[in-house]
Amino acid sequence: MTTATTPVRTAERPSAPAVRARAHRPSLRKRLELALLLGPALLLFAGFVLVPIGIAAFYSLFKWNGFGPLDDFIGFDNYVDAFSGDVFQGAIGHNLIIAGLSIVVQLPLSIGLAMLLNRKLRGRAVLRALVFAPYVLSEAITAVIWALMLQPNGFADQVLKGAGLGGLIHNWLADPGIVLYTLFAVITWKYIGFGIILLLAGLQGVPAELREAAALDGASAWQTTRHVVLPLLGPTIRIWIFLSVIGSLQLFDVVWIMTLGGPANASTTMATYLVDHGFKRYEFGFGSAVAVILFVICFVFALLYQRFALRRDTQGALTRMVH
Amino acid sequence: MRSRRFGLSVGYLAAIVVLGVTVVPLLFVVLGGFRTNAQINNDPAGLPGPWIPDNYASILGSSAFWTFLGNSALIAVIATAVAVGLGSMAGYALSRYQFKGRESLYTLFTLGLLFPLTVATLPLYLWLRQLGMLESFWGVAIPEAAFSLPVTIVILRPFMHAIPGEIEDAAVLDGASRLGFFWRILLPLSTPALTTVAVLAFVTSWNAYLLPLLVFNDSGHFTLPLGVATFRTQYSQDTARVLAFTALSMIPALAFFVLAERRIVGGLTGSVKG
Repeated sequence: MTTATTPVRTAERPSAPAVRARAHRPSLRKRLELALLLGPALLLFAGFVLVPIGIAAFYSLFKWNGFGPLDDFIGFDNYVDAFSGDVFQGAIGHNLIIAGLSIVVQLPLSIGLAMLLNRKLRGRAVLRALVFAPYVLSEAITAVIWALMLQPNGFADQVLKGAGLGGLIHNWLADPGIVLYTLFAVITWKYIGFGIILLLAGLQGVPAELREAAALDGASAWQTTRHVVLPLLGPTIRIWIFLSVIGSLQLFDVVWIMTLGGPANASTTMATYLVDHGFKRYEFGFGSAVAVILFVICFVFALLYQRFALRRDTQGALTRMVH
Repeated sequence: MRSRRFGLSVGYLAAIVVLGVTVVPLLFVVLGGFRTNAQINNDPAGLPGPWIPDNYASILGSSAFWTFLGNSALIAVIATAVAVGLGSMAGYALSRYQFKGRESLYTLFTLGLLFPLTVATLPLYLWLRQLGMLESFWGVAIPEAAFSLPVTIVILRPFMHAIPGEIEDAAVLDGASRLGFFWRILLPLSTPALTTVAVLAFVTSWNAYLLPLLVFNDSGHFTLPLGVATFRTQYSQDTARVLAFTALSMIPALAFFVLAERRIVGGLTGSVKG
């Protein structure tokens, strides 16, 4: 056992003589072990995550219907076409509206509900479980449920009439001016429970002593919330915003099942546009360009957000990456 | 004191509203499945009267529902097994081996967190076609596993890293190889984290819609989400039947949730907190 000068590893795992000895001779055996342990995961990751992105970047430079030889090189024309098209511009706008509405509507709603539910209510455990239930249903099932409830003269309309709110009834999924907001409401139904659970977990981390101290110093309930609780929820809120925006940018299932992006492209998102052009119309080169654009938008948002908003919160690898 | 009681009653009020909004749509589906189309058309928000179990019975008696269910389960199990198996091996190497390029390799995996499957779906489809994996369960399960790897590794690595080195030293002194230590000691010790990542991978696969939509044309291969959406278009005139089908499709996810609620909630809140 060579216990001589071996400075490596000690920081990580103090008192590891046996291992230290082996680290001293990075043997063939260790390399084989590493290959065995890391190889399969790397292969899988490279083969099905990295390669497709690379392929997309390549195909996006061609005009190609997905069949036949790839010989019609057109440079960045697909990108120019995408950005200059009204429908795609509209789609980006719709994604941004959904993302914006999430932050402006869902976030305060989640915070408010989480605070209200963070009391010693009877049946709180059951309540939390039920609130979370829509989140475990697939978006596909959610979309089907709401498509059926929102049928003209269907459940939603009858409930509104029964409540004396018949004047509010709209053609929820067929009116181009309404459809995007209808879809937003459906998404809110599905995801609000996730926000509430996340924030409830965050609220558990706010020490009761702090609130009591604030109250003793004469702070009102609102002041305590504003200046004590919300800042402490900061990390949770910032993570929520991140997930919510990324989710909004990739919105697909609910929209595709409920409206196919219609009527008249009033609810098209970047992802439905991508599938519509790539698969329905066999514009694979163009579709690849749209995929790359979608990817770059998400990627840039993620990097900027990590850099400027999340840096304080996480010591995780995502932050390390951008330093 | 009065303000506390006021706060409590506002809390209960909020609880009731939240409950109503959450549960009513689910009840609408379940109860609607027990009604006839005539009942639904006359009174969309009514209760079944009389209760008609025929729709449920006929769906449970037909093979379509069971086929979708089986396909979903098979794909989710493969995707989970592959993601957790390969992810734990990689997590072990990245947490307890010292080698050049370790951190950059880890960063590469974490980059995957930024690529949800939706973004890659079109190129992925072309790639699967080239590999001859269309219409195959593997064609859905393997990419899903690949996209679950980042979150698996990101959760497992710190967990495995935190297991004390003394345990490994003891195992080595007792003659265990490093792989033996991994298999016989580290993996059993990592059970909580392994359960979390398994649940995450399983739920993600179970709920996936877009990739199966692109890969499968043959309805004999459809997964449950795809099946529900297709069923609705197929029986667009038969609302009661669609409701019954949807209600039955909700059961596995809800049952799984009831069984694994702690893991799911803990896993999700834990994973987003990094």
